[in-house]
Amino acid sequence: MDTVDKIPQIRLLKKGAEASLFRTQWCGRDVVVKVRIPKKYRPVVLDQQIRNYRTVHEPQLMHDAKVSGVPTPLIYLINVPESTIIMQYIKGQPVKSQLNKLDKLNRHISCVQIGESIACLHRHGLIHGDLTTSNMIQAISGRIYFIDFGLGEKNMELEAQGVDLHLFKRALQSTHFEFWEDCFTSVMYGYASIRGVQMTQKVYEKIRQIEKRGRYVEERRP
Amino acid sequence: MYPCIVENLMVKFEDLGGKYCLGIESSADDFGVGVVDFTGEILANQSDSYIPIEGGIHPREAARHHADVADSVLGQALSKAALKAKELTCIAFSQGPGLGPSLRTGATIARALAAYLEIPLVGVNHSIAHIEIGKLKSGAKDPLTLYVSGGNTLVTAYALGRYRIFGETLDIALGNCLDVFGRKAGLKGKKGLPVGAAIEQLAHNSQHLVTLPYVVKGMDLSLSGLLTAATTVLQNQVCPSKSSCQDTCRLEDVCYSLQEHAFSMVTEVTERALVHTEKKELLLTGGVAANKRLQSMMAFIAKEHDAQFNVVPQQYATDNGAMIAWTGTLAYRYGLVIPIAESMVKRRWRVDKVDVPWIQ
Repeated sequence: MDTVDKIPQIRLLKKGAEASLFRTQWCGRDVVVKVRIPKKYRPVVLDQQIRNYRTVHEPQLMHDAKVSGVPTPLIYLINVPESTIIMQYIKGQPVKSQLNKLDKLNRHISCVQIGESIACLHRHGLIHGDLTTSNMIQAISGRIYFIDFGLGEKNMELEAQGVDLHLFKRALQSTHFEFWEDCFTSVMYGYASIRGVQMTQKVYEKIRQIEKRGRYVEERRP
Repeated sequence: MYPCIVENLMVKFEDLGGKYCLGIESSADDFGVGVVDFTGEILANQSDSYIPIEGGIHPREAARHHADVADSVLGQALSKAALKAKELTCIAFSQGPGLGPSLRTGATIARALAAYLEIPLVGVNHSIAHIEIGKLKSGAKDPLTLYVSGGNTLVTAYALGRYRIFGETLDIALGNCLDVFGRKAGLKGKKGLPVGAAIEQLAHNSQHLVTLPYVVKGMDLSLSGLLTAATTVLQNQVCPSKSSCQDTCRLEDVCYSLQEHAFSMVTEVTERALVHTEKKELLLTGGVAANKRLQSMMAFIAKEHDAQFNVVPQQYATDNGAMIAWTGTLAYRYGLVIPIAESMVKRRWRVDKVDVPWIQ
């Protein structure tokens, strides 16, 4: 927490489940300071392992995501012992709150953009690991930034890509249950525009397979 | 045929006295009968558990056990409640999810009773019953619920007419993971307690953490890899190469590590869901809710996010008839009764497929 204490005029932006986000000025830039706070409910050794791992991997993945064509905040500083990351502040609104306010057409446009971004990640063997609409920020320019890669990984397997999209589908179902089907269709449409119809069909088949593996799914067995 | 799905069945709160519901629970190894009055007072909660001679629950043997004890458990429940069968208002039964043979045994008994007494039959979702009894007993109104048992691990909260699933296991349930590990380690649950209790006991005697897989995917988690790894460590009696220790590890250490890893995972996803849903109450329910270590972890995250922490009392944590009866009363008041012809069991009945009009 030393880094945070030393920075003047810092204010809490959001207290997440895993980390706290602070907003401040740093070297003349508008930045977000992401601090992974020790979780006292789990053993210190395990906690340290998890926080270190995620602090190191998140910026790497964010960088790789940017290379693959997905907007992500710029990384300025990483401090592993204090599990702190300083990154660019993106002015905008979380997609979670935006999506419900949009009309049908604009919702489609946003969801297609999300689908395209997910496809870009997957094409480069990147898995976000926690795709929800709270982890996407729509900037004033309209571009959708992906954040929170803490649970991400590098993985080329179809299975991982399927799980990634399955989780996003579930997130839509539980958070935007009024129109999740339209949203997901638009997402897959955007996904197909990048990865091609054939690949998208394969991924879609995988999603169906993963769903059937779930507990108490009616169509699991004939 | 009795009058089913009556439009004006909704009972006003003032008229709740003198109405009783009998609930039959038989989704897995427990056969339970509960009697509840419509104001939420539990008059009886009797049960009898099938104890396998070896291994886990054998569905056919469990069903046979239920059929054998049904008569006596029913009798005990009615005499405990000091009621005659004729005084009952409705019969509720656990319609799913669960083991087919077990469910069908309970359902058959429920149908027979309803038909004989000429009273309505109410099909109750077992998972929702766990949530509702937790709410009744703890006074929580609109909680985020972590339901952990032998067959289920899910994080759920109410939104717009249904309980929505925010996180769940991608493979095996938490209780299942503990049970299988316990059996492989040759542990036995003492006097009606599950193997998990024995693991909890042993874990108390260790502080030595062995590194095991920790798999959280968004708000979902996976426990099968953890189980395999823990079993391997147990068989080899040596820590995996990744961890820093060099000496052999005892059974206690593996129990401790398994619990810490598994519970940290469910706690992490629950915390994530708590922040995501912004609920101000947290409810822990299901068989594994009896575990003190898990309770303390949950209490910790609740405090962290200014939520009130509630845990279901121990006697209602495991499968029981009272929870079915109580949820039956709620459903009955909204006219959710089913004709016998349509009362087949649903082995895979997800929580998010059930309308819950009693919550507003």
